[in-house]
Amino acid sequence: MWARQPMSGWGRYPVVESLCTRPERRGEAIAALKDRDGEPVLGYGLGRSYGDAALVTGGRLVLTTRLDCMLDFDPVTGWLRCEAGVSVEEIINTFLPRGFFPPVVPGTQFVTVGGALASDIHGKNHHVDGAWSDHVRNVELLLGTGEIVVCDAEQNAELFWATAGGQGLTGLILAMDLRLVPVLSPNIEMESIRVNNLDEFFAVSADSADFSHTVSWLDTTRRGDAMGRGIFMRGRHAGQGSEAGANPLGALADLLEPVADIGFLDSDLLLNRVTMGLFNEAFFRKTPAGVSKATVGYKPFFFPLDVARNWNYVYGPRGFLQYQFVVPKDRDHHAVRAILDLFVSRGFVSFLSVIKEFAERQHPWLSFPRPGVTVAMDIPFGGQALLDTMDEADAIVAEVGGRIYLGKDARLSRAMFRRMYPDWEAWKAVRDAADPEGVFQSDLGRRLGLCGG
Amino acid sequence: MSVLILGATSPIAHAVAARYAGEGKSVAIAARSLEEAERIASDLAVRYQVETRALAFDALDFDGHGAFVESVEAELGAIEVALLAFGDMGHDPQHQEGFGEAHRVIDVNYTGAVSVAERLAGAMAAHGRGCIIGIASVAGDRGRASNYIYGSAKGAFALYLQGLRNRLFADGVHVMTVKLGFVDTRMTWGMKTKIPVASPDAVAGAIVGAARHKLNTFYYPPFWAGIMGVIKAIPEEVFKRLSL
Repeated sequence: MWARQPMSGWGRYPVVESLCTRPERRGEAIAALKDRDGEPVLGYGLGRSYGDAALVTGGRLVLTTRLDCMLDFDPVTGWLRCEAGVSVEEIINTFLPRGFFPPVVPGTQFVTVGGALASDIHGKNHHVDGAWSDHVRNVELLLGTGEIVVCDAEQNAELFWATAGGQGLTGLILAMDLRLVPVLSPNIEMESIRVNNLDEFFAVSADSADFSHTVSWLDTTRRGDAMGRGIFMRGRHAGQGSEAGANPLGALADLLEPVADIGFLDSDLLLNRVTMGLFNEAFFRKTPAGVSKATVGYKPFFFPLDVARNWNYVYGPRGFLQYQFVVPKDRDHHAVRAILDLFVSRGFVSFLSVIKEFAERQHPWLSFPRPGVTVAMDIPFGGQALLDTMDEADAIVAEVGGRIYLGKDARLSRAMFRRMYPDWEAWKAVRDAADPEGVFQSDLGRRLGLCGG
Repeated sequence: MSVLILGATSPIAHAVAARYAGEGKSVAIAARSLEEAERIASDLAVRYQVETRALAFDALDFDGHGAFVESVEAELGAIEVALLAFGDMGHDPQHQEGFGEAHRVIDVNYTGAVSVAERLAGAMAAHGRGCIIGIASVAGDRGRASNYIYGSAKGAFALYLQGLRNRLFADGVHVMTVKLGFVDTRMTWGMKTKIPVASPDAVAGAIVGAARHKLNTFYYPPFWAGIMGVIKAIPEEVFKRLSL
């Protein structure tokens, strides 16, 4: 059952019309791969990758959201076996009352576990717990040949590591074993610290080793001495019997959650340099100088934007691009400064940006996290000038041995990609062996030379 | 006490099963494919921590339906609620050569449904309680050129449920007929329509609520009762000239 639909990532740029199917039975997913008229296919979850990672022009998408059965759970070890379409939200709703939480969560709970592995997502606890794939012990993969294989540390180990961060190009992820972590409370003990510039950010970050979760909101509208100012947030799962105190973030979330739907705001005019500057100023001023402590619910801490289901519509039909990079740390944070300065000097400011330090930890081939500091900026689509600016930023990132996050990307060049991900050939060899016919393709993969011609 | 879901792999049936599992009830999950039934049964066991069974159920195995119902009751206790959610629209049975496809569509949707419902009726009447929920279809409310084989089988099933309801009333057993409009499943996938499409979860909530209130015949979304009222009221002389 294929139906033609306009599809896009979370950034709503680009939009590609594709034949889509949404299997409701496992057998239908297997059948879909046979019934594709020779066209390439790709899995598509909740559409939270930003660019074209989950799009395939002239190909077909298999939507996994109805393949969402939880298959087994061991309350002693925390291992959960679940199908690819299970969302982080469903895992939390099912297991938080039993004292378990996903090991890693991104900035939204509306992602599927299949997408989480395909992008090998990270969260605020990367410096302690690593990425999603660090908590997955096996994956069941439907290959382009129609064969179903299980990949883990022993069997098909290379295919397992190629699938983690592999952007869905090794096959259709059917199921995986994910290890949930025990927590004593649904709440987070957090501290908010106003930082006035980049140096202060790094000082607070270095001083936050006791916190399992750290992230800092970053005001990208500022240059000079105030560059890098923001609100550093650090927290940990609270102990037993903690009560979430009244706090503005939580109260706002509770109020907005049932009614928020930004879809009706769909206009290109809403976000511009003036409104984004005002928002950033207001957000910075909202937090008093110094350290503020609070106990908050997990939703405002981890998923502050989820209260508005379609917050991506705030950017209007033009869509937006997220630019997320990681660069190794250096003494004066030269690369971060150069990139922030580049964007603001070209007039591209970000509505929401975050900055975080990653752990000294190795991840598989196409997995994004590398030791260093990562910055993510959401920027309204600004035509060729923005694309050119991002190309310039890429050069700075590549020069210092950094990389950009493929799950957020819609425009990276193949040459730059190869500099940023020097292991790409080893990855591709594994992928090509698993999918010799090139059944699985994506627009991102074609652009970066990972699949297709 | 248990709940039996026949045709459990449909998202609507899965969602109804989840509602009952959420109340702590044991659930028997039956589907043509045992492998698919096992997925659903595992899902409910993990999410709701209730006892579940996965069973292979063949609507066309009329002779096996008695033993099937007995085995569910032997394993999980008396069946309190049975949902008949299986169905098959077939591959355009109106335009196939020979009678095979039409026969199969009639047998799955009508004969098979009656066969298993009779066994359930017997068991529930013996217990003096229970509820049978049958998913009929708005397609059974009026014969249409495009799907009259399926529609007539579903229409006959609705008529059967009506009779069964009257027979079992004295035994303390309730029978509810559900007629669904557009629901967001593979049946409506890709359909372009201005008519609102209900989510399987919303449908499930409505079905469970309606069963609790012992509704007899129940349309969902409710405005479909109005739509079908209008469609049924169109005189045949006019209707046959419309290609609906």
